[in-house]
Amino acid sequence: MDHKLELKQLKQFSYERKPIERGYNNRTLYVNVSDQEIKEKPVTEEMKEKFVGGKGFGMKLLWDGTRPDTKWNDPENEIIISPGPVAGITQYPGSGKSLVVSISPATDLPIDSNVGGYFGPYVKFSGFDALEVQGKADREVIVYIDGNEGSVSIDQIAVDTDDAHLISEILTEHYAKDEDDKRNISVVSSGSAAKNSYMGVLNFSFYDPRRQVPRMKQAGRGGIGTVLADKNIKALVVRFAGTKGDLNNSYDYDKVARTGLKLHREIERLDDSLFRMRQVGTANITDTMDKYDLLPVMNFQYGSHEDAKKVYANEFRDNYLTQGFPDGCWYGCSLACAKTADNFELLTGPYKGHKVTVDGPEYENVAGLGANLGIFDPQYVLEANFYCDTYGIDTISFATATAFAMECYERGLINQEHTGGLELKFGNKDAALELLHQMSRNEGIGVQVGRGVRRMKEYFAKEFGADPVLMQDIGMEIKGLEYSEYMPKESLAQQGGYAMANKGPQHDEAWLIFMDMVNNQIPTFADKAEALHYFPIFRTWFGLAGFCKLPWNDIFPENNKYQEEAHKIPEHVQNYVNLFSAVTGKEIDMKELILQSERVYNFQRTFNVRRGYGRRKDDMPPYRSLGPVTKEEYESRAERYDGQLKELFDVDPATMSVSEKIKMMREHREKQYDTLADAVYKRRGWSADGVPTVEHLQEIGMDLPEVLAVAEENQ
Amino acid sequence: MIKVNNRPFPHEKGMTVRDVLEANKFTYEGLIIRVNDQLVEDRDHIIQDGDDVKVIHICQGG
Repeated sequence: MDHKLELKQLKQFSYERKPIERGYNNRTLYVNVSDQEIKEKPVTEEMKEKFVGGKGFGMKLLWDGTRPDTKWNDPENEIIISPGPVAGITQYPGSGKSLVVSISPATDLPIDSNVGGYFGPYVKFSGFDALEVQGKADREVIVYIDGNEGSVSIDQIAVDTDDAHLISEILTEHYAKDEDDKRNISVVSSGSAAKNSYMGVLNFSFYDPRRQVPRMKQAGRGGIGTVLADKNIKALVVRFAGTKGDLNNSYDYDKVARTGLKLHREIERLDDSLFRMRQVGTANITDTMDKYDLLPVMNFQYGSHEDAKKVYANEFRDNYLTQGFPDGCWYGCSLACAKTADNFELLTGPYKGHKVTVDGPEYENVAGLGANLGIFDPQYVLEANFYCDTYGIDTISFATATAFAMECYERGLINQEHTGGLELKFGNKDAALELLHQMSRNEGIGVQVGRGVRRMKEYFAKEFGADPVLMQDIGMEIKGLEYSEYMPKESLAQQGGYAMANKGPQHDEAWLIFMDMVNNQIPTFADKAEALHYFPIFRTWFGLAGFCKLPWNDIFPENNKYQEEAHKIPEHVQNYVNLFSAVTGKEIDMKELILQSERVYNFQRTFNVRRGYGRRKDDMPPYRSLGPVTKEEYESRAERYDGQLKELFDVDPATMSVSEKIKMMREHREKQYDTLADAVYKRRGWSADGVPTVEHLQEIGMDLPEVLAVAEENQ
Repeated sequence: MIKVNNRPFPHEKGMTVRDVLEANKFTYEGLIIRVNDQLVEDRDHIIQDGDDVKVIHICQGG
């Protein structure tokens, strides 16, 4: 098919191409699709010092570009994509990540979402440390950066589809100069359901020459694809030919290469006996989560299921995944967790009968689309995965929102009349897929599910008279964002990790379940608070510099077992210190790495405060996150809960009703969470209400006057 | 009685590290095992009554 389409260039901007200097271009690109202004913005030394790059740059630009009351669909809302100073190196696994930042339609807060694929590194190689898009176009447009020509344009092209797998294919074909040039194109698009929901994703393409198809990775959380659609932007496209290993012009290239080689060898030696990322990807932990009672089943009620084996990692590897070789989303990543099912025949929807390439499944998709909906069918998981991606829907939010709707249905809070005839029972894969198709068509109950759990709670109460108290307890959202797919119920630290995360309950800040619940390494409130300081701050750093989290601790060296703080993987942390210093020429140590991150973390919290959030009340989890809401949940772990009651209160559970036991357990666990919040806020240098103190901001060097002013006004 | 991850656990004569892992359903691949603060790599290591066993899972999630 010839996809060279008729193009009308609405605006064009030329810029001077310059080599990257030690990881930085020292400028960002600003595009306003309302008035079609395109310009460069300088990156100052202060900006690098305070914000590093990636998410830091995104947050800074978003703060400057918006007002405290800017809404997600106001023209001044922005989408910022920034890859970070180390991103784009090809010597160290997991070095092609970008961070995307915007005001979220789900949370009304600044959201950050990390993503692989080629777009971020190509923007960087094209000459910019970030792409900042603002405005709202009066007709559907494409923003196109040609990094070889030194040209940025706002284009109008009639692309006759809203679905991402086709948009990526069509625009790759259109903008590539020839077949070989396709690998130099990356397309960012949302999908047909993104504009009808608050959970739209951005699909970042990377062309796979072996399959001759653009594949996609997603910036999934918080509805940034919805913002893209609202801006009337069909796609962001970059072209850069000439990717090679030293484009960052690193200060010490040999050190970068040596550090990378060490990890490549480690992966080669150990991955097959550890987590098998190269064989099965992140889905390897489906098995583990099920075995440790941590797999969310049926809206986080239960932690395992007898049928879960049907969606274990090997089921996908043996029956669906086709590549048979390690596969990554950026050049040089030997951890290679990307997995693909080729010639996968779809059974439903507008592409029924089509044979497509499905990237996935990630763990979150198996756990969310599968177990959390009570559906243990790998064929369905892949089909739902495909449609979420191409419709531009976040698999995590869709799964958790659908799980909530299904439980509401099963408990009689809503009925078939409300769902337009859909039988929203756990296990009903046809109903789950139909919800997705409804989101794409903007019709039916799918529209309500696409607005997310928080809005469903309000809608079901108002329109259907559903019990708001029960829905509050079982609706797995905080700040308006749906929980990601881990069971926090038996880990106080993880409850805090989810609830006190800046953007909402996503596990990329802290995943402490094993440290807390299984290892029992952090028994006191002070221990948990220390972990909830260190890990969120440390993990934030990946998104500042341009790294993927996985090579940090989904592989570790043989000598890690001798380390006192083995769970931190000290050798790998030192690798990151070395890489940052070697690329930028700025010598840092582990302490400075944490400080870099702490500045941005506290900036983001203050950003939340500036928008009227970021307080203790905004960090309150639903009770399902803390403990058993229902009789069935209590009884599924009765031995454990009875034992806890006996130990804590010296009572005889045999003489109590289940309701009495749930009440006693609840009072205890809510109090525990409150005490944890006190400890964490104190350790993070925040007030008792969760606001960063002026003294703490000054101490860590996040002392910009506008930031201090917000903190001071809100103490 | 022994301690496993700071929790009391019944001791049986001749019990090995492997037995402790199996009884606790610790099936994870990335385990570090310390007995009385000493690294133990032999899963057939005999656990004595009163031992302090720590089974550290390294995972930090997805």
